Amino acid sequence: MTLLEVDDLSVVLSTARGPAKAVRKVSFALARGETLGVVGESGSGKSMTVLAMLGLLPEGARAAGQARFEGRDLLSLDEAELCRVRGDRIGVVFQEPMTALNPLHSVGRQVAETLMLHRGMSAGASRREAIRLLDRVGIPQAARRVDAYPHQFSGGQRQRVTIAIALACGPDLLIADEPTTALDVTIQRQILDLIAGLVEEDKMALILISHDLGVIAENVGRTLVMYGGALVEEGSTSEVFARPSHPYTQGLFRARPRLGAGRGTRLSTIKGAVPELADIPPGCPFAGRCPLSIPACDAALPASVPISASHAARCIRLDVALGSA
Amino acid sequence: MSLFLLRRMVAFLATLAGASFVIFVVLDILPGNAALTILGPDAPQSAVAALSHKLGLDQPAPTRYFNWIFGLLSGDLGVSYAYDTPVAQLILGGLSVSLPLAVMAMALTTLIALSLGIFAAARHNTLLDTGVMTLSQLGIAIPNFWLAILLILLFAVHLHWFSAGGFPGWGEGPLLALRALFLPAVALAMVQAAILARVTRSSILEVMREDFVRTARAKGLTWRAALWRHVLRNAMIPVVTIIGLQFGNLIAGTVVIENVFYLPGLGRLIFQAINNRDLIVVRDCVMLLAGFVVAMNFVIDIAYVAIDPRLKAQAP
Amino acid sequence: MTAEASFERRALHHPSFAIGSALVLLLLATAAISLAWTPWPPSELDIPHKLALPSAAHVFGTDSLGRDVASLIMAGARNSILVGVIAVAIGLVAGTAIGAIAAASKGWVEEVAMRISDFTFAFPAILSAIMLTALLGPGIVNSIVAIGIFNIPVFARVTRASANAVWTREFILAARVAGKNRAQITIEHVLPNILPVIIVQATIQFATAILAEAALSYLGLGTQPPQASWGRMLNEAQNLMFQAPRLAIYPGIAIALSVLGLNLVGDGLRDLLDPRLARRR
Ligand SMILES: Nc1ncnc2c1ncn2[C@@H]1O[C@H](COP(=O)(O)OP(=O)(O)OP(=O)(O)O)[C@@H](O)[C@H]1O
Ligand SMILES: [Mg+2]
Repeated sequence: MTLLEVDDLSVVLSTARGPAKAVRKVSFALARGETLGVVGESGSGKSMTVLAMLGLLPEGARAAGQARFEGRDLLSLDEAELCRVRGDRIGVVFQEPMTALNPLHSVGRQVAETLMLHRGMSAGASRREAIRLLDRVGIPQAARRVDAYPHQFSGGQRQRVTIAIALACGPDLLIADEPTTALDVTIQRQILDLIAGLVEEDKMALILISHDLGVIAENVGRTLVMYGGALVEEGSTSEVFARPSHPYTQGLFRARPRLGAGRGTRLSTIKGAVPELADIPPGCPFAGRCPLSIPACDAALPASVPISASHAARCIRLDVALGSA
Repeated sequence: MSLFLLRRMVAFLATLAGASFVIFVVLDILPGNAALTILGPDAPQSAVAALSHKLGLDQPAPTRYFNWIFGLLSGDLGVSYAYDTPVAQLILGGLSVSLPLAVMAMALTTLIALSLGIFAAARHNTLLDTGVMTLSQLGIAIPNFWLAILLILLFAVHLHWFSAGGFPGWGEGPLLALRALFLPAVALAMVQAAILARVTRSSILEVMREDFVRTARAKGLTWRAALWRHVLRNAMIPVVTIIGLQFGNLIAGTVVIENVFYLPGLGRLIFQAINNRDLIVVRDCVMLLAGFVVAMNFVIDIAYVAIDPRLKAQAP
Repeated sequence: MTAEASFERRALHHPSFAIGSALVLLLLATAAISLAWTPWPPSELDIPHKLALPSAAHVFGTDSLGRDVASLIMAGARNSILVGVIAVAIGLVAGTAIGAIAAASKGWVEEVAMRISDFTFAFPAILSAIMLTALLGPGIVNSIVAIGIFNIPVFARVTRASANAVWTREFILAARVAGKNRAQITIEHVLPNILPVIIVQATIQFATAILAEAALSYLGLGTQPPQASWGRMLNEAQNLMFQAPRLAIYPGIAIALSVLGLNLVGDGLRDLLDPRLARRR
């Protein structure tokens, strides 16, 4: 049973150097209760993909394609209809807990706002529910802290508050966009465990965005790999990790430090730097840095080539790539 | 009371004390004997001595200073030589015109500026936005007294909707008096509103880009709802700052505009006092106006605390 | 592409900066020409031809004393620039010094410096001018000093805020490690880095100073006859509002265009000199 079907989603940004494609024909599907990870370097278009689905793109950005949530295309809904989905059926947790909360409103009010908006709850009822939610996400002494302001919370606690906001209406889908990047390592683990536990309990679907392969490996069943705005590989997490197939994915795995690797083993890096959006060629976005690239790579965005029933990559040199791996 | 307010309170009182000291030095000590100034250099010695004694000028400067301060605090400001009326009465008369004028102008300023600023920000990057901003750029460039003259030319000389100046007094009923203050208040407000509208607009647009607005929208608030519920209050912080800074201009503007419209307010009182060499009245009026400016800045500090919870419990 | 080339290119494509520059150039040119030539001597009275309508001889007509309005406007430009430049210089030098010292020293020195600058806020230009006039009698010096004092806290605040930001940058740390003291660092690194901000502020304060000078002269506290001043012209025009309303138009337009030009240039410079904004544009 599909919850979300994304079809040929593209995002064009207007920049000083003209229009730039931040997301290029991304397609994927997500079943109810399924967990999906999105990995890719900074700037690969992960955030733009989800912001486009939510209608929250920055000024001057346009989205094309479809994102059908429970059968309705989010991109063609009007603002009022979209607002009924956002925060109610889809909850979002963003990257920066320090700035994600309104400094002038108490945290209780910010959690309760969602409930009053979508559930029509009274002030008193929504406040009681906000306390329950804050308690659930692990804010100690929630009943006392409900009237405190964001500056009185630590970064990890603020992220718990934004999770409480995202969960308030019991959404079908939780989107977490690098929820732990800004936090220190011990807190990261706690927040990820909290999200995993809540997703499990509420049977929510999850889209977890990260550039940390370890986080992806431990938390999601299926993985998408993005580069230069395009989806270059997708599959079940175990298969992608067991057999990274796209040359970019392979590079990503090689660039990753491993426990147990002998001292002196060189950590390889991917040659070159992520190109500026406006410079990305029409073909495979990775062609410029790919050790296997041939002139044909620049012709067009490669089609998706199945590797197994639940694993595919967009590369015309997959045979060579798989052979060399 | 929070530490923040306590510190601002101390700064407020210190500034008042400093201002009174400067005013005393400039308008009491430096001019020398005020009795001589009032009577002119040809006055006989005995008359000068008599007046000096009457005004308490034969006492040493520190005593005069403290007498003045206690007089200010108790409302006893002595008697104006030129008018032979208690100075307090003159000032109250002036205030009964200047204060309503300033309040009216401030209210108009805030009303016009916030509506235009929010209007332009909500239509960011459209022709309406550009239009409002161009108008405001022109508004800032127009001197308020010139605008006042133009308003008189249009509404008094041509259309006869308002009188060209003067004040009927409050005795004739508040409507007539407010009518006489309306054009002056508009002239004062327009220029200030132009500045404040630009500040409001850019502050809103800046806050609009903040992460917490995205969080609010992700909750399911429409753009408009997010603007009203989350952006405006945050955007008010710089706006309030500018309102505080503008208050000085408003006081200054009141002095000018009263002269354009021949309103018997504090501004007129000061100028007549200068012409009559009535330094005592000048000194008291200037102190009062400076006090207003300083007090307004203190009020702004209180407003900050009301807006921003981060200041409420600021740690020492 | 060099930074210079891109600055010029961007300046030409910045419409409000271009319009502003044209207006400012007009103001400067008018003032400069008036030093050498005006259609009539600005203070020459010609009572028989008073209140003449605009004509070939007097393009803007004459005032109540028969003076040529166009010549008065040209000489008034000179006066506005004189007052503006000196008043802004006073505020800039004193205010920047206070702000830079505050940023460099921190602690109680900073507190005292900023309190002093805040203190001057209690005296809007008109109040200072009123006190000076009561003390010394009316005159152009009053307006210059009063406007100068009023400018001090403005520059002090702007300087401190931007200097504080510069003090946190790495190259300052490098300079400190190299053994430079705070005064040296302020002069060699901090001030050059905040120069753009100061230039922008000076442009905008210049505009404010022209407005203030006009207001003071209108009240009779500033420039005295026979010096020509736009503010005084408006004062004289007001008494003739019924007979010759046009006399109230020309000086007002002169003030508004000058102030508009300077403000547009200031805003434009802010956009053009701010590297962060420049990249986004
Ligand atoms: N507000 C914006 N205006 C213009 N370009 C933007 C804006 N935000 C992001 N971009 C550009 O869009 C591209 C994709 O950005 P996106 O935020 O989706 O990347 P990301 O994969 O989420 O990276 P990160 O891991 O850093 O969050 C990047 O090249 C970025 O520079
Ligand atoms: Mg991102």
